[in-house]
Amino acid sequence: MKVSISINGDKVSRDIEPRQLLVHFIRETPGLTGTHWGCDTSNCGACVVLMDGKPVKSCTTLAVMCEGHEIRTVESLEVDGQLDPVQQGFHEQHALHCGFCTPGMLMTARALLDENPDPSDLEIRTAISGAICRCTGYKNIVSAIRWAAEHEAAAKQEV
Amino acid sequence: MQTPASFEYERATSVDGAIAALKKRGSGARIIAGGHSLLPMMKLRLAKPEHLVDINDLDELAYIREQDGEIRIGALTRHVDLLHSELLAEHFPLFREAEKVIADPVVRNRGTIGGSLCQADAAEDLSAVCSAAKAKVVIRGADGERVVGMEDFHVGPYMTAVGDGELLTEIRLELRPGAGSAHEKVERRAGDWAIVAASAAVWVDGGKIADAGVALGAVGLTTIHVSRAEELLRGKAPSEELFAQAGEIASADCSPTADGRGPVDYKRHLAGVLTVRALRRAVAGALHQEA
Repeated sequence: MKVSISINGDKVSRDIEPRQLLVHFIRETPGLTGTHWGCDTSNCGACVVLMDGKPVKSCTTLAVMCEGHEIRTVESLEVDGQLDPVQQGFHEQHALHCGFCTPGMLMTARALLDENPDPSDLEIRTAISGAICRCTGYKNIVSAIRWAAEHEAAAKQEV
Repeated sequence: MQTPASFEYERATSVDGAIAALKKRGSGARIIAGGHSLLPMMKLRLAKPEHLVDINDLDELAYIREQDGEIRIGALTRHVDLLHSELLAEHFPLFREAEKVIADPVVRNRGTIGGSLCQADAAEDLSAVCSAAKAKVVIRGADGERVVGMEDFHVGPYMTAVGDGELLTEIRLELRPGAGSAHEKVERRAGDWAIVAASAAVWVDGGKIADAGVALGAVGLTTIHVSRAEELLRGKAPSEELFAQAGEIASADCSPTADGRGPVDYKRHLAGVLTVRALRRAVAGALHQEA
């Protein structure tokens, strides 16, 4: 069936089978392979994208269910060569090793800071509790999200 | 790659439309809401619906409100909204306690209470919560509505009283004075299914337990209603000794199986301990004391 989904502000249309999962639609149709396809069982969080601003697991969402909704992927974070503060934070705090979990971590972190600009470490850990890093670098991931929160707050004060 | 088998898909634009679609397609049709129980089952071919009716656009089924002496929860209400509801936290704190430990925050953005109950997985927390809280559910079909108590809702593993052509639309919780409730869960890691979960609700009147609800998750083929413990508690003044007796009944009346989450004796032990803890905190909540 024909579906049209807004991905990072672009309307993407294709005739697909209803059983196609959102993660595969994102990777195959606009070819945005930043969203990673991980455990396939909604446990690992590598496939997290934002649906109307809220993080969802795209391996457990049908693409056809997303028509009429705004999907945001990791590719939308960087704008005109300017990294999003959460991306910058991951860079500054060495918050990735192999990088497989990173897209999901970044989108989960972005959604957290949009809702709660000054989260505690516990709130950060709770927010990313649905995302698994098998390099077990959680400490630096928490530091990176903390870094992003602090730098976003500072940037807002300057404006 | 895990992908569900082929199916037809349609989006409902009204509750009546969803029911009509279910009726037309018969036993091969299933409702999809959050999809976080059904899609994993479909990937594993444990569920193989031929037709999915998507109810995510039915905003009229997403609410938590007080009406006619009850708290009424629409079936499409998502876990995240149950977690944050002050109305529920005030009258039935076991909901928030359970929601904090159901899956993870990202899954909670999609999963719904109706989906959780209709999945009827014995290890699912909200089934125990609703059983202990003596919830009633509203099931609507083409010929009208019927109201079913939780004790009659789960008819077997992954089986509910919702028939072909019917839709669970609402969960109702009667507001009674002197209420207190708590949910206890032990899991292997954050966000996992319970090794054992225990829900308790009490209604205290004049220093005595007027009514009680005790339910266990993950220790049987369905959610276990510990009715013998409820009978024991009714009419008695709360005490540690009484809680211990209720815990012993819970331990005896469940039927766990050994699996990767632990052996039978460990699960029975947990069922007893968690029942005591849940009752202790439920009563303290009812009496506005610290547990």
